[in-house]
Amino acid sequence: MSRTPAVRPPRALLAAAVVACALAAIPLVYLLVRVGTAGFEDIAAVFERPRVPVLIGNTVLLAASVTLATVAIGVPSAFLLARARLRGRAVWTVLAALPLAVPSYLAAYGWLAALPWMQGFWAAWFVLTLVAVPYVTLPVAAALRAGTTGLDDVARTLGRGPLAAFRLGTWPQIRPAVLAGALLVCLYTLSDFGGVALFRYQVLTTAIQQAYGASFNRDYAAILASLLVLLAVAVVIAEQFARGRAARQFGAVTGPARQRRVRLGTWSAPAVVLLAVPPGLAVIVPVAVLVVRLFEAETLREFDAAELAAAAGNTVLLSAGGAVVAIALALPIGILAARYRGRIIRAIETTGYLALGLPGIVVGLSLVFFSLAAVPALYQTAFVLAFAYGVLFMPKAIGGIRGATAQVPTSLEDVSLTLGNGRLRTWWLVTARLARPGIAAAALLVAVTAMKELPATLLLRPTGTDTLATELWSRTDVSAYGAAAPYAVTLLLVAAVPAFLLSRARAGAGELDEAVA
Amino acid sequence: MRSPRTAFALGAVITVALTLTACAAGETGGSTSTADADTLTIYAGRNEALVGPLIEQFTEDTGIEVDVRYATSPELNALLLEEGERTPAEVFLSQDAGALGSIANAGLTSPIPAELADLIPAGFTSDDDNWIGVTGRARVIAYDGEHLTSETVPDNVDALTAPEWKGRVAFAPGNASFQSFITALRVLEGEEAAAAWVEAIAANDPILTDNNLATLDLVNEGQADIGLINHYYWFERAAEEGEENMRAKLEFLPGDPGGIVNVSGAAILKGAADDADALEFVEYLVSEKAQQFFVDETFEYPLLPGIAAPEGLPTLDSLVNPELDLADLESLEQTQQLLADAGLL
Repeated sequence: MSRTPAVRPPRALLAAAVVACALAAIPLVYLLVRVGTAGFEDIAAVFERPRVPVLIGNTVLLAASVTLATVAIGVPSAFLLARARLRGRAVWTVLAALPLAVPSYLAAYGWLAALPWMQGFWAAWFVLTLVAVPYVTLPVAAALRAGTTGLDDVARTLGRGPLAAFRLGTWPQIRPAVLAGALLVCLYTLSDFGGVALFRYQVLTTAIQQAYGASFNRDYAAILASLLVLLAVAVVIAEQFARGRAARQFGAVTGPARQRRVRLGTWSAPAVVLLAVPPGLAVIVPVAVLVVRLFEAETLREFDAAELAAAAGNTVLLSAGGAVVAIALALPIGILAARYRGRIIRAIETTGYLALGLPGIVVGLSLVFFSLAAVPALYQTAFVLAFAYGVLFMPKAIGGIRGATAQVPTSLEDVSLTLGNGRLRTWWLVTARLARPGIAAAALLVAVTAMKELPATLLLRPTGTDTLATELWSRTDVSAYGAAAPYAVTLLLVAAVPAFLLSRARAGAGELDEAVA
Repeated sequence: MRSPRTAFALGAVITVALTLTACAAGETGGSTSTADADTLTIYAGRNEALVGPLIEQFTEDTGIEVDVRYATSPELNALLLEEGERTPAEVFLSQDAGALGSIANAGLTSPIPAELADLIPAGFTSDDDNWIGVTGRARVIAYDGEHLTSETVPDNVDALTAPEWKGRVAFAPGNASFQSFITALRVLEGEEAAAAWVEAIAANDPILTDNNLATLDLVNEGQADIGLINHYYWFERAAEEGEENMRAKLEFLPGDPGGIVNVSGAAILKGAADDADALEFVEYLVSEKAQQFFVDETFEYPLLPGIAAPEGLPTLDSLVNPELDLADLESLEQTQQLLADAGLL
């Protein structure tokens, strides 16, 4: 952790962040336009619907409980991965990232096929928790690896028990990572549609989809989406508030990382269970179910390997493009948030996060609206779709870039500046180089999420272009579950690559210590 | 010094990825945005696996190249409303009449020539020729064959509000064809009776789903005794699983508002008013060949007179309610308000 210099941010950086923020705000502007056309009476009428309070209550309940559960599972898992003497650590680390490769609708479908009675809150909570755990496990494990156990040792020497020592020594070091992960989980849960819809748990996103579904009542959909934005704002601000306090508590801890690994002893068995549960239940069950369906199916629609390969290729290219856009947008915001404070910067960061709280269909429609108005020549090309991925998932990159930048001591940047290098050159020579693992991890996280995206893809893809997600959808949509299996498995395999790299990339944070030392 | 080289490699990979993405855009026709003169662009709100083969056959028969954008009808409806007159689409193929009515009301369609529109009997197509009906699908009750028989399953929806069916009936209140059924109920039995039914069913602990397919799955898995769906979902499922393996069975409801026939259809968009290819495609959809395709492949009712309904289905005439005109089903807003007031929407 570094000092936060009390200087004004460079104008160019601020300008870049404002531009990125404005682009990220396109869906919000769109919602404002739509809600604006609705008029006050329509808005008031929404709140008279008996269902609306229920929808809000369900949405908040689900988001809060999934977030709590992922923290409860993710933090101990991260501890085991980073700090315990664990046999097969490398394998467990990869497995921990694997649920990222599973779209929630696929996991939900698999569980529903296996246990048809699953429904409602508990089912949605269960499946979303499984697929979202890595959002907490991965950053916390990285923070633990980069941190030190020295402070715990001091606390132990002073007579504290192991748990109390962990709370005093290690917890403050990982708290920002826990919060950042919890924020992603919370926003993800707010915006998820596929997982909850299959379990018939009624939340705002399912109601938004329904509003588009039959009524073509775009105003009603926009008003509900705005409610979702307000919830997302509250969540982002709460996280900033909690993080602000954490940063102050933890401002002074530096020094060489020293890590002691814990012997598990009799805890080995429960530890293995804890690590095995999320990947086992999130990945293996749905895949097994689809494969069984593949063999059970009486008639199979013909399988076209070339079609599958084309879809896989499109998926990889589009999500890579999305990752590039997301990183470009998130870099100025992340750097700003890591290095400077102030109301404007907080506002920029908050806005940057909001798109993640919106369902894909709203972001998709907003970009239809925007690209037709601003760049009609690019409408329905891969560029607009990659850009949409960038806007949708940029928030996932902000946290990673902010964290990675914050870890680079400002003193090193100061040295470079003193040597006559400009700010940009200093950033490239010093900051970017040290923050590289974090930035790469952020890009991978965006890529893996973009691969699974469906609603915005359906709206914005070039006409006739298929991705693995759209191919999967077009098959499950007509009950052709057997025919869907090869696409589901391919999507999992393709998305497992960035998930795998992600579990490795974060391990690279150790290089930072060498570099600093 | 590993860092700079890796940073360089990373940059190189990113550049390549971007370029490749751009290439992907070029390959799949960056032209799509500016409606290609010799390619017909269709927005299809019906599933690719179902209508894809028909569209390929169209290209084979006519030599007209086609670009198809598949998504759900509601999504494409929202997309078309957002695009307005700038849409690259020339034809919209929709799963339900509601979406077609919605874009027609927004003034985005161009009229279907009378000689074509007149092929489809009134009541199954737009009354002002803004779109044309292509196939019919009946609302039915799907019931759990292990708990009920065709004797014990009700043959009308009024019975479903009885205490006997508490917690046993599944339906998708957001679904367009369910909402058409509610509208039919309003038209046929009056506002008061319809409101009473909606309130009574809402109070009878119904199982609310997202769509017809989810409803059918619940019945097929024994999680709900009765599901209100469209008939052809059952046949799609049966084609995959085998008819004898279907736990769900179908009960048609002739004469009942719960058994009305909805239509899928097509519209020519405004910008394609003079486009011969667009017209030819719509003509093709209501040709004998295509109508027979729908009978054989999707188990829907053909709307072109003279083509027989799929085997094993009651005739279309027996399901049609003479007192109901499809044009009456356009008062969607009141229906939605009714469902919203009862807490279903």
